Amino acid sequence: MKPAPFAYKKAQSVDEAVALLAEDDARLLAGGQSLIATLNMRLSAPSLLIDINGLGGLDGIAVKGGAVEIGALTRHAQAERSDLIAQQAPLIARAMPHIGHPAIRNRGTLGGSIAFADPAAELPACLLALDGEIEATGPKGKRTIKAQDFFKGLFETALGQQEVLTAIRVPAAANDTRVGFSELARRHGDYAIVGLAASARAKGKGLSDVRLAYFGVGNTPVRAKKAEAALASGDIEAAVNVLDLAPHDDVQATGTVKKHLAGVLLRRVAKQLLEAG
Amino acid sequence: MSNAFDISLTVNGERVQERVEARKTLVDFLREDLALTGSHVGCEHGVCGACTVRVNGEIVRGCLMLAVQCEGAKVETIEGMSDSGEVADLQTAFEQRNALQCGYCTPGMIAAAQDLLKRGGVPARDEIREHLSGNYCRCTGYHAIVDAVQAVARARTKGR
Repeated sequence: MKPAPFAYKKAQSVDEAVALLAEDDARLLAGGQSLIATLNMRLSAPSLLIDINGLGGLDGIAVKGGAVEIGALTRHAQAERSDLIAQQAPLIARAMPHIGHPAIRNRGTLGGSIAFADPAAELPACLLALDGEIEATGPKGKRTIKAQDFFKGLFETALGQQEVLTAIRVPAAANDTRVGFSELARRHGDYAIVGLAASARAKGKGLSDVRLAYFGVGNTPVRAKKAEAALASGDIEAAVNVLDLAPHDDVQATGTVKKHLAGVLLRRVAKQLLEAG
Repeated sequence: MSNAFDISLTVNGERVQERVEARKTLVDFLREDLALTGSHVGCEHGVCGACTVRVNGEIVRGCLMLAVQCEGAKVETIEGMSDSGEVADLQTAFEQRNALQCGYCTPGMIAAAQDLLKRGGVPARDEIREHLSGNYCRCTGYHAIVDAVQAVARARTKGR
């Protein structure tokens, strides 16, 4: 298990990385915690690796115009320790301890995780649950892509060949923001069998604007909109009963088991949403 | 663009200059080029933790970083941690409590445990398990490892 040969270039700027991406079969190397594994297994054999580690200005965490902006090269460990994320983007803070293991979180980046778009990963679902957005930088400059338009398919995103994911943005938490997160994995830190990231607004003793984003149940993170509506009307069991998911079998579990577990998670997360604050 | 690079870094306190292929992982570089075979190669895709080393003070997977990315870095392996005496108490506790049988996971396990204990205090068993969750041991069933780590945490706290 060794990578096939590739050329390597450490980019000195985002513009240089964008220009280098013009080469067919070039790949960006961020934290490398998924990419290098696939290189080792030769599931991927790019001709050129463009190392963007150390690029300035891509690892900041800041509140800008009501949104929390997180630079793409922010490492999971850095996000995990961030007071700003804990206070202003609590769903991301809750998800962090579930992403890999300490040694993985020291290297892995938030941008890398979103751009890789593993359907069983935590962050894409968090971004969808929060109605977040992705900033991509390409030859024509920057553009913003809503999370709901970004995840196109299995490991497939709306990023163009020459686009670099440079930041993610999620709405800063308000007083009535409620979030919930839970996942089931065989070992703590492994990819989830099924997971659920959720956000809502408190409305009296109930909830409104419920967004349930499941991961590990399809080719992309998936919203369960019927269950969202049922939960907004305050009935957890009704939400479980109408859970509109159709997970396929995979190596971890059958679709039937996943569907059952999705209901288990919904009960747990609904409690978090209703109890929080 | 070339596929080989001259890198200059510090490994266990010694200055090292080598020419490496871009595709060489850090753990292969340590084992093959520097003959530091204490870091083990298990799964080679980031699951088992046997290759855990420290880069700039933080534990990482040696199989998920390229040697060429370590230009200018400070790398520490189990050999360095052993020689400095930093993990001597952990090593003794692992031996006394049968926290290893074949020993394949032990260098990574010690590095990960030390990473937790450096924070100070006595972590709960759950915290120890969570921090070591990225390190597989197929011999012990983990209980003895958790015992050893917690015993060292208690001893270090008393010693202070």
